[in-house]
Amino acid sequence: MEIAFTLNGEAKRLTVSPATLLVELLRDGLHLTGTHIGCDTSQCGACNVLLDGEPVKSCTLLAVQCDGRTVTTVEGLAKGEALHPMQAAFREHHGLQCGFCTPGMIMAGIGIAKRHGRDISRETIAHELEGNLCRCTGYQNIVTAIQAGAKEMADA
Amino acid sequence: MREFAYAKPASLADAASAYASGGEAALLAGGHTLIPAMKSRLRQPDTLVDLNAIPGLDAIAVEGDRLWVGALARHAAVAASPVVAKAIPALACLAAGIGDPQVRVRGTMGGSVANNDPAADYPAAVLAMDAVVETDRGAHAADDFFQGMFTTALDDGEIIARIGFRVPQAAAYAKFRHPASRYAIVGVFVAKYAGGHRVAVTGAGPGVFRWADAEAALDAGGSLDALALDPSELNTDIHASADYRAALCVTMLKRAAAQI
Repeated sequence: MEIAFTLNGEAKRLTVSPATLLVELLRDGLHLTGTHIGCDTSQCGACNVLLDGEPVKSCTLLAVQCDGRTVTTVEGLAKGEALHPMQAAFREHHGLQCGFCTPGMIMAGIGIAKRHGRDISRETIAHELEGNLCRCTGYQNIVTAIQAGAKEMADA
Repeated sequence: MREFAYAKPASLADAASAYASGGEAALLAGGHTLIPAMKSRLRQPDTLVDLNAIPGLDAIAVEGDRLWVGALARHAAVAASPVVAKAIPALACLAAGIGDPQVRVRGTMGGSVANNDPAADYPAAVLAMDAVVETDRGAHAADDFFQGMFTTALDDGEIIARIGFRVPQAAAYAKFRHPASRYAIVGVFVAKYAGGHRVAVTGAGPGVFRWADAEAALDAGGSLDALALDPSELNTDIHASADYRAALCVTMLKRAAAQI
């Protein structure tokens, strides 16, 4: 069936099978491979994208459910060469090791910043990251990066 | 995932007819149980009837002595609603503890209640607060609605429209969360009314149930230490034995009661 939605600021009109997951459309159909499939069981958050500005797990959403909506993937965050403040904070604070979970972490971080504003405690961030798994870092620098990214987003 | 037809009706009546004519059909609310079940082929519907375009199904309002929550109200919306926070803060608190932030943005109260997962949180609130489950065909009292694991009083294709909680004088929910899934290993919801307490337990048994002894003990105002559930009627799995769940029920009851 035909769907129309906005992807990373660009209007898209596509034909998809109803059984296509959003993450499958993004990765296999549109070759936007920045959105990762970690667990494929709604646990790990590696597939997080923004749906109308809110982080959702794209492995648990059908592409047809995005008809008329706005989807943002990690590829759509930077403005040209300028990273999104949350991306820049992950680089600055070394909020990653292997990087596999990073796109989903950045999306979760953006959601946390939007919900909690400029100054967020480490405890709140740790609690709000329940839906994201990282198997390398031990999370400390991820929390630091989100804390800094939220400040940058508020000041931007 | 197996291929299926997709319908996105704009009214409950259209949803009911799409379901009726859709072969083996399934209703899609938040999709955070159904879509994983379809991915693993536990569910293979011929037609998926998406309820998300039906206007008004996510409304939240107090009418008389009840707080009504639309079936499509997301967990995040219930958690953040000033109406819920004012009427039944324990319900907002419960919603804020379901899954994780990304799950709460999608998951719905109606979907959770219709699915009746034995470890889900909302059934405990629905049962403890003597709720009315209003559907496109009528209404069900909570005491008759939950009929054991993944089983409810809903007929095939019957669609929940909204759920009305009888606003208690005070209420609290205490949950021992599974650290990965965040489902309740045991969750106890206590609601206090002029006529007495109602206590509902989720996660511990094959389905949500009322705990009459705990209700009587709270009404009497005495110690809760002597309470004990029969472990032979509780679940054992790799996460917790029935004996452990029985002990957790008392602990969670005490934690909830302490907040009232």
